[in-house]
Amino acid sequence: MSEVKDTQGQLWEVFIQTKKGLPFKHFGSVHAYDKEMAIQNARDLYTRRGEGRGMWVVPADAIVAIDSSDDESFFDPSNDKVYRHPTFYELPDGLKNM
Amino acid sequence: MDNLNLSKFCIRLGDHCLIMAHRQSELCSNGPFLEEDIAQINLGLDLLGQAEALLIYAAKLEGGTRTADDLAFRRPERQFHNFMLTEQPNTDFAFVIVRQYIMSLYLLKTYQALSKVEDDTLSGIALKALKELTYHERHFAMWLKRLGDGTEESHERTQTAINELWMFVGELYEEDEIDFMAQKASYAPTGIEMKTFLMEHITAKFSEATLETPHSIYMTTGSKKGIHTEYLGYLLTEMQYLQRAYPDAKW
Amino acid sequence: MGAEELNVLFQERIDANDKIEPRDNMPEEYRKHLIRQMSQHAHSEVIGMQPEGNWITRAPSLRAKKILLAKVQDEAGHGLYLYSATETLGITRDELIEKLHQGKAKYASIFNYPALTWADMGAIGWLVDGAAITNQVSLQKTSYGPYARAMVKICKEESFHQRQGYEIIASMAAGTDEQKEMAQDALNRFWWPSLMMFGPHDSDSPRSGNAMKWKIKRESNDVLRKRFIDKTVSQVELIGLTVPDKDLKWNEKEQSYDFGAIDWDEFWAVIKGGGPCNIKRLKHHKKAHTDGEWVRKAAAAYAQKQAKN
Repeated sequence: MSEVKDTQGQLWEVFIQTKKGLPFKHFGSVHAYDKEMAIQNARDLYTRRGEGRGMWVVPADAIVAIDSSDDESFFDPSNDKVYRHPTFYELPDGLKNM
Repeated sequence: MDNLNLSKFCIRLGDHCLIMAHRQSELCSNGPFLEEDIAQINLGLDLLGQAEALLIYAAKLEGGTRTADDLAFRRPERQFHNFMLTEQPNTDFAFVIVRQYIMSLYLLKTYQALSKVEDDTLSGIALKALKELTYHERHFAMWLKRLGDGTEESHERTQTAINELWMFVGELYEEDEIDFMAQKASYAPTGIEMKTFLMEHITAKFSEATLETPHSIYMTTGSKKGIHTEYLGYLLTEMQYLQRAYPDAKW
Repeated sequence: MGAEELNVLFQERIDANDKIEPRDNMPEEYRKHLIRQMSQHAHSEVIGMQPEGNWITRAPSLRAKKILLAKVQDEAGHGLYLYSATETLGITRDELIEKLHQGKAKYASIFNYPALTWADMGAIGWLVDGAAITNQVSLQKTSYGPYARAMVKICKEESFHQRQGYEIIASMAAGTDEQKEMAQDALNRFWWPSLMMFGPHDSDSPRSGNAMKWKIKRESNDVLRKRFIDKTVSQVELIGLTVPDKDLKWNEKEQSYDFGAIDWDEFWAVIKGGGPCNIKRLKHHKKAHTDGEWVRKAAAAYAQKQAKN
């Protein structure tokens, strides 16, 4: 086998669900050499105070991000589409269950 | 089981946890990388919590003349009943993983039985510990595979740790009067049950990790009578220093 | 866009209290300053595990042992949060550790003082963590997003650390004569080094200018130091101990304490390697790193094999 290089492992991003039913939120990163170890390391680092119910780990290099210099062209066009937001609509008082 | 014998039973179990927690806490700031440092401390904290709960209960069963701290910090070597395996030093990371993997299996089986007893305090301690130990076994087994099937060096070191620690495994399924009493009350598995459980899991996991299970080695014995390896004396000297040096002080 | 124009835009964002994120344009000097400060902060958390870790096996009760172990574990965790935040600036943890080992990266000088008695566990939690928290609370508003977020998380978790330390000192101050003596001795030894943790006086702090301009640092060394003294003096008095500073007195006009001269010669000597534990701390870290090499390689080799299958 070829010589193994000494490293601190790969970088993984950690997403935690703090309560069943809630969305997973990015909590931070962790180092590990493989996925089984990554999820254990994430558990030991980020849920020391019982913060977790569910957890994902994702190799950091698998995450696709936009460049911040692009952010205006990327996000601003949807700023004027207020009709996507429920508060846009004027509805009669007393309407229920909508 | 009467209170005094149940107390002795709890002290034994508490001693295993306490001494292992000590060894685990020695790893603090000495891990191979920071994430593993944190993991080892977590496991140490779990064991310390179990030790504390068991010794508090043992002190109560005894009649309350001693506290859990008295039990931990004022007993001499010959009154400690932890398995010799638990006091073996952290020679290298492989020794830690092998020692703790085997002890995780022992504690799993032990807490499984205890979680079903009618004594609410004990079943409560055991149920909580059972969750913790399930994770311990998983963590140590994960490392066992990586060390056994990693590099040539890691394989060799791990096999050495197994070979050198193996003589201490026999104690884990040895029995004396207290064990028989505990078994009769369904507080503990029998020696045969424990041995079968340990050997099945160990041989399977070792072979998955390309490691050899030693055969026909002389098994040492004695901790049930307070006999230990020389390592325990140094460990207690360190652990009990403040309580011994300032017997009147409260901390 | 030219470099100068980018720098003007950058400063406008800073002045508008925008948070800077990893992929944003930033001046090279800003990036370098952050790497230096954040990695020093991360290394401090990790090296800081040693003086306290040194006492876990000797803690005098099961409760104290449990709390101290949990606290030192938090420090390791905080080190990790900070390493991760630093890595967003395009530097790996391997490189950061290498710089520490080569002596190119620093850590808080306070950890070059020895932890000699159990009372020192009190003094470290109370004074050293207290000083660190004063600084970290201020850093929650730092301009670099990942650093600020790490600080928020750290401050939340550290709130128990100072109480843990104060509880130890307070119970020793109320204990036997020997315990009282140990408590006062620990205060005597850690008081001045804790004040030094805030760094040189503003007038002697060469890098502060840029750090303040870029809002990496939000409040000056002297302001933070004074805040720490003002809140700590009454805590000392409450448990019947004495601040080891004969010049300490309440200034009615400023509503704040005046205090004696800090021995900056000692400060610089310790930073430059003259502390009682500089060599020991670094050796310990290097040894753990060297001893762990075969483990890291085993993990890497196993992962390679799994990836092939």
